[in-house]
Amino acid sequence: MRVILKSALLAAAGSLAVSVAAQAQDLTVVSWGGAYTKSQIEAYHKPYAKKAGVTINSEDYNGGLAEIKAQVESGNVVWDLVDLELSDVVLGCDEGLLEPIDASVLPPAPDGTPAAKDFLPGTIHECGIATIIWSTVYAYDKTKFPGGGPKTMADFFDTKQFPGKRAMRKGPKPNLEFALVADGVPADQVYDVLSTPEGVDRAFAMLDRIKDDVLWWEAGAQPPQMLADGEVVMATAYNGRIFNAVATEGKPFEIVWDGQVWDLDLWGIPKGAKNKKAALEFIKFSTDTQRLADQAAWISYGPARASSIPLIGKHAEAGIPMGPHMPTAPANFKNAIQNDFAWWADHQDELNERFAAWLAQ
Amino acid sequence: MAEATAGKIVLTTADGVPLKRKLRQTQQLMKRRAFTLVLPLLAFIGITFVWPIALMVYRGIDNPVLSEFMPNAAEAVLDWDSSQSELPPEEVFAIVARDLVQARKDKTVGKVATRLNYELPGSRSLITSSARKLSRVEDGPWMEAMLKADSDWGKRETWAALQRIAPRYTGSFYLAALDMTYDENGAIVSQPENRQIYVTLFVRTLWVSLFITLACALLAYPISYLMATQPLRISNLLMILVLLPFWTSLLVRTTSWIVLLQTEGVLNDIMVALGLIGDENRIQMIYNMTGTIVAMVHILLPFMVLPLFSVMKTISPSYVRAAQSLGATPARAFWKVYFPQTVPGIGAGSILVFILAIGYYITPALVGGRTGQLISNFIAFHMQKSLNWGLAAALGGILLFGVLALYWLYNRLVGIDNMKLG
Repeated sequence: MRVILKSALLAAAGSLAVSVAAQAQDLTVVSWGGAYTKSQIEAYHKPYAKKAGVTINSEDYNGGLAEIKAQVESGNVVWDLVDLELSDVVLGCDEGLLEPIDASVLPPAPDGTPAAKDFLPGTIHECGIATIIWSTVYAYDKTKFPGGGPKTMADFFDTKQFPGKRAMRKGPKPNLEFALVADGVPADQVYDVLSTPEGVDRAFAMLDRIKDDVLWWEAGAQPPQMLADGEVVMATAYNGRIFNAVATEGKPFEIVWDGQVWDLDLWGIPKGAKNKKAALEFIKFSTDTQRLADQAAWISYGPARASSIPLIGKHAEAGIPMGPHMPTAPANFKNAIQNDFAWWADHQDELNERFAAWLAQ
Repeated sequence: MAEATAGKIVLTTADGVPLKRKLRQTQQLMKRRAFTLVLPLLAFIGITFVWPIALMVYRGIDNPVLSEFMPNAAEAVLDWDSSQSELPPEEVFAIVARDLVQARKDKTVGKVATRLNYELPGSRSLITSSARKLSRVEDGPWMEAMLKADSDWGKRETWAALQRIAPRYTGSFYLAALDMTYDENGAIVSQPENRQIYVTLFVRTLWVSLFITLACALLAYPISYLMATQPLRISNLLMILVLLPFWTSLLVRTTSWIVLLQTEGVLNDIMVALGLIGDENRIQMIYNMTGTIVAMVHILLPFMVLPLFSVMKTISPSYVRAAQSLGATPARAFWKVYFPQTVPGIGAGSILVFILAIGYYITPALVGGRTGQLISNFIAFHMQKSLNWGLAAALGGILLFGVLALYWLYNRLVGIDNMKLG
C-alpha cells in the first residue's frame, strides 16, 4: 500500500513537473557571438533561466536585418529576441520588422528613479531597449612601438611617424568619421562636415593617404587576431574585443580612445515573434540595474542605465577593475562621437557604393 | 472507303480501329506513364530551381512600394506631366501629403523612405520627417505645409524621383546594376564616376573566372595524364591526393591558404629565413587578387581533373603508338592524335570550373581583401547588409543572363555535344 501511494505521489509530482515545463516557453535569443554573447549568457540568460524556468536558446548572427526581414516576410518568425545596433532598430521599426516595445514596463532604478530617467538619453527607442554602449576605437601593439605609441586619431593616419600596416573595417562607417577627426574636425562637427560633398571628399582624401597600408576586416573577431598575428601594427576594433584580448589572453595591445565612435546595442523583438510575451519579460529582467552592471563584469561595454555605472565591479575572470575600460569613462569620453544613425540611414546607400568603388580603384 | 478506292489497304485491329491510330494511342499511354515517373523530379526542379530563379529575375523589376503603400500618391505623380511645369500642382501636393500621413499611421512610411533613398540618396529622412510633421497639420494649403516641413519638396529632383518609383514595374534596379540611373528629366545617364562599380566588377569577375579556368586546365592536364597512364598503384595514390582536398571543408582549405600566404605566414617566413627577401620586404600574397586566384584555382582544380581523367582513361595508348610508328615525333603525335581526343574533357572541365568560378563567393570574401572582390560579394552585400534586394536581384539576373550568353557562345563555337563528363 505504501509503495503504491509513493509511486502515485511520484507520478503526480512528475505530471506536475511536466505541466510546469510545458507552461514555460523556450526563448530564442540572438546575438553577435564570441565574448559578447558569453557576457550576456553569464549576466542575463543563466539567472533568468533559473528564475523563470525558461530554456533559452542562444543563437549567433552577424548583424543586419536581412534574416529578420526574411523571417517576417515569410511569416515564419523563429527568433524571439535580437541584439541589434541602433541603426537597425530605427530601420527595422520604420519598415515594420520590429514590434513596438512599451518602455513604461521597465523596472525603476533601486533608488526609485523611473526607467525613462534612469536610462541614458537616447537609449530607449520605440522598438528597442538598449543594454550597452560600445565603441569603435583603434588599438595598437605596444611591442611594435618601443619609443612610444600613437596617441591621437591623427597618428593612426600618420604612416611616416608610425609606419606599419593598419586594419580597418571594410565599409564607410565609421572610417569617414575617423578620417575627419584625424584631419582636425572637432568631434561635434563631424556630421555637419560630412553632410557637404566637400566634407565627404575630404574624408576620402584622408583615407587615400593610408589606403596602401590598410588591410580590411569584416567580422569583429578579426582585428584582435590580425594584431596578434603581427599582420598589422594597429587596427580599428570594437573596444570590448580588444579588452578581452588584453584581459584574458594577456596581449600587449593598447586602446587609443581619441575620436572613438560610440553606438548602442538594443534588444528588439521581430514582428510576429512567437514568444513575444516571454521576450518582453526577458527584456524587463535583463535591463534592470543589477543585470546591466553584471554584464560589465564580463566585457568592457558600458551599461545603458546611469544607476548601473556605480555598481560596475571587477572582471569576473581576470579581476581587473572594469570602470576605467568603459567607453563612457570620463578619461576615455573626451573626444567621442555618437554614431549618427539618421545621417547614415540617409547616406549609406550612396556611400557604400562610393566606398566600394574607392576600394576597388 | 476513300482510301481503299485509291488503292490503299488500311490495316485495322480486330475492333476496326486503324492500326496506325491504335499504335499512336498505345505509345502515348506509355509516354504519359514515363512522364508520371519523372514528374516528381520535374516538380522538384521547378520548385527549388526554376521558380526561385524566376522570382529573382522578377524581383529585379518589381516595384511595389509606392503603388502599394501610397496608391493615391503614386497615381497622382504619374499623372503629373513633368515636362509642363517645374513642380506639380497643389492637388498633387495634397494627395501626397495625405498618403504620407496615412503611411505613417500604417507603419509603412519607412519602406517608402528606403525605396526613395535608393533613387535619390539622402531622401530617407525627407520622407520620414515630413510624414511626422505633416501628421500634425490639419488642413491645406498642402504645398506650403510640405515646403515648411522640408524645403526639398520645392526641388524638381525630389518629385522626379517620386515619379520614378511610382510605376508598378521599374528598370532602375537593372540600370543601377549597370552603373546607370535616370536623371531628373527621365533620361538614362551614367552614375557619377565615384559611384561606378558594378560594370568594373562584372568585367573583373569574367576575366578572373576565365583566368582561373585556364590555370586549372594547364595544371590539371599533366596530373590527369599521369593518373590515366601510370600503373594502378601510382594513379590511385595521385587520385587520393586530388580527392583529399576535395573532401576537406572549403573553409578549412581557404583558411589554410591564409596561414601559408599571409605576410607573417609560412611562405614569407621561409623566404626570409633563406635570405631571399628582407624582413621588411615581406611579400603581400593574400588579401588581394593573388590570394583570390591562388585559393580559387586550388579549390576548383578537382573539377577539372576529374572529367579530364575520365576522358583520358578511355583513350587507347595504341593511337599514339600508331602515330609514332608512322613517323610522327612524340610532340606531333601528342598534338595531332592525343590532344584532340581530350578536348571533350577540357570542355566539360572548363564549363564546370568557369560556371563555379563566376558565382564564387566565400573564398574571395575571405582572402580577396580590397582588390580581390568579385560580383557575388556585392550581391551578398545587398542581400544581407543593405537589404536592397531589388538591386541584388538585378545583379544576379545580369550574371545569369551573362552566363547563358556565354553558354550559347560556347555551344556555337565548340558545340555542347562535344562535352564529355566521363
